Amino acid sequence: MKRLMYFIMLALLAATLVACGGGQQLTCEDAIGCVEIAPGDPIRIASALVITGPNAQLGTDSQRGVEIAIEDRGEIEGHPIELQAEDDGCTAEGGQTAAQKIVSDPTIVGVIGTSCSGAGVPASAIMADNGFVMISPSNTAPVLTHPDTREEGYFRTAHNDEVQGAAMAQFAYNELGARVAAAIHDGDPYTEGLASVFRDSFEELGGEIVAFEAEDPNATNVTPVLTTIAAAGPPEFLYYPVFTVLGANLTQQARQVEGLGETDVAGADGMLSPDFLEAAGDAALGMYLSGPDLGFENQAYTDFLATYQENYGSEPVAAFHAHAYDATNILLDAIVEVAQVSDDGTMLIGRQALRDAVAATSGYTGITGTLTCDENGDCADPAIAVNEVQEVEGALDFVPIFNYVP
Amino acid sequence: MAQALRRIEIDFVDLFLWLFRTAIIILVIWGTVAKVFFGVGTEYSTAAWIDFTIAGIAQGSLYALIALGYTLVYGVLFMINFAHGEFFMSGTMTATVFVAIPLASAGYLDSNPFMSMLAIMLTAMLVSVGIALLTERVAYRPLRRAPRLVPLITAIGASFFWQYFFRGLYGSAVVPFPNIPIFSGTIEIFGLEILRTRLVVMAASIIMLVGLYFFVMRSKTGKAIRAVAEDKDVAALMGVNVDRTIAITFAVGAAMAGAAGILYGLMFGQTHFFMGFVPGIKAFTAAVLGGIGSIPGAALGGLFLGVIEAVGPPLFLEGLGIPGAHQLKDVIAFTMLVLVLIFRPQGIIGERLAEKKA
Repeated sequence: MKRLMYFIMLALLAATLVACGGGQQLTCEDAIGCVEIAPGDPIRIASALVITGPNAQLGTDSQRGVEIAIEDRGEIEGHPIELQAEDDGCTAEGGQTAAQKIVSDPTIVGVIGTSCSGAGVPASAIMADNGFVMISPSNTAPVLTHPDTREEGYFRTAHNDEVQGAAMAQFAYNELGARVAAAIHDGDPYTEGLASVFRDSFEELGGEIVAFEAEDPNATNVTPVLTTIAAAGPPEFLYYPVFTVLGANLTQQARQVEGLGETDVAGADGMLSPDFLEAAGDAALGMYLSGPDLGFENQAYTDFLATYQENYGSEPVAAFHAHAYDATNILLDAIVEVAQVSDDGTMLIGRQALRDAVAATSGYTGITGTLTCDENGDCADPAIAVNEVQEVEGALDFVPIFNYVP
Repeated sequence: MAQALRRIEIDFVDLFLWLFRTAIIILVIWGTVAKVFFGVGTEYSTAAWIDFTIAGIAQGSLYALIALGYTLVYGVLFMINFAHGEFFMSGTMTATVFVAIPLASAGYLDSNPFMSMLAIMLTAMLVSVGIALLTERVAYRPLRRAPRLVPLITAIGASFFWQYFFRGLYGSAVVPFPNIPIFSGTIEIFGLEILRTRLVVMAASIIMLVGLYFFVMRSKTGKAIRAVAEDKDVAALMGVNVDRTIAITFAVGAAMAGAAGILYGLMFGQTHFFMGFVPGIKAFTAAVLGGIGSIPGAALGGLFLGVIEAVGPPLFLEGLGIPGAHQLKDVIAFTMLVLVLIFRPQGIIGERLAEKKA
């Protein structure tokens, strides 16, 4: 009896499959598989950005860029576009969790993310193993696109920190005239990579690095590490490209450590958000933060800002909204290019073909400039600005004072 | 044959533990000697060493205040209240959002710093106590007779609940604790330049620790707490209201945590919904280090942990030639915990527990 039931169920299942598979047949000839989208079903893409926690503004801002790109696109061949938003938590564990969740859903075509390089390292490995394509709007660690360590299918529209670290070294050495510097990182690939590039560039220019330290990202009592820095130098320039919590603690306590009173302090794009200004308070006044040069002068950016204002009721809150917009458009263009559509509207997207299409991006005109992906997945048209924290109309704000193009 | 095997096995474990202990001690001595006599790594002046120590003592006093809550509750209930870090966070954030920031924008914090500090601290303590009593009533009291693992798991659940409750309430961003001008800058004592905030933190901690010690040792309520800790059933027979005494214990621990939270805000200038987690784990470590269940133990454990975290990395980690030594202070803290658990489970000054408690 049981066996009979089993048989009937199987027959029913087969019948359903046959019924659904009617019409013109598309066959998947892709090396690593395809995504099949039934007529009228949405094309699903996922994001893995940091949307909670002390660094939430960084990811929320990027996610809005993704949402606006999807809104501007409308639909592709009659299929609406749907976004599944995951959280990378700005940690390795968070990146891994988000990536596992995304790859377990075979209807997802491509991924925009992650926000943080620390999350990007495990996430890109998982994406690579499962045949996904991912484009990050704000990962900047050199390791992610280094030929030895880059994972298949990984791309980014943010600058590589080889550029950002060099920009800060140029600024410190040439603009501020600093000859003795020190750096602190928190062990995360982004912060360690950036601090290392800064160290190498600064030494290349002829400066001296007196201390290269590390501190825990959740540390509150950072006076000991600052005391070590002061004892080693004291440096004229102290660079700590970390995230909000540690960055604010370092900024506040650096002002209290003997020997660091005259030292210029600087950070990078991980702290380039109102979150950080809020957390650090007045101690942040006069510090320098590098980040992407947002002085885009094109109609696309003007339109983008208008939509942003209309949808979210504010100016962009962090630095990578435009990079996220470009990343999403590159992904959607690649989908348009490789999608096969049958008469009834069924869409078939090859995963390897999609990766190849993104990799072949060349001379793409986006908000952030003219983007061309190199063989390691770096697609950015990088331009770096160094901002000084100044008081503007009674509130702290970032004011660009130095621009750098490699 | 079987007996012989077992003996070898035991000897092997003992040997391993002995080697482990010896290896750690050799590493510490090696690092220290290399640092002090051969000047490996950065060279520090005496002033720098004093700075390390003072920063450590200030951080350690916070650990001590938070550790009290673990120790008191363990003393009476033999449970580790993992939600204690959240009592610390809840009072601090609420007082920051509803008292400190409005007072600062109204200018009161500048004109009446001491009264404002008192108001902020009282609010924090009251909120922490309220959250603690609620948690005790809802999550712990119904499980009083359950096996010991059950309230432990519940405590972890309560911890998550409060974390995300307050995240919903105040958002996930960092809320800055306002700067109080009178407490900023340095002050000279015995020829040492000390940050005023650190001095305030240390002084307040000592006052509270001593006050609590006398409260538990001398007052009638304190006697009831100790009686319940000794034996709940007999204490009840002697006319002690056990449920009330346990609630008071929670309240006292939470009040200390609330006060510690404001001192934390004063020292580090930041509060956020996740701020209770790391200090909570560290304070638990401090309580175990000092000897869980003992008030002087918690104080000593906290100070010891704070100082070793600050002085350890530049002293023996740099001496061993490890780069980025400060990042590894947690390694020192938790290695200490493992060592204590293996070799002196009763803690530095804890007493051996009676059969019934252990």
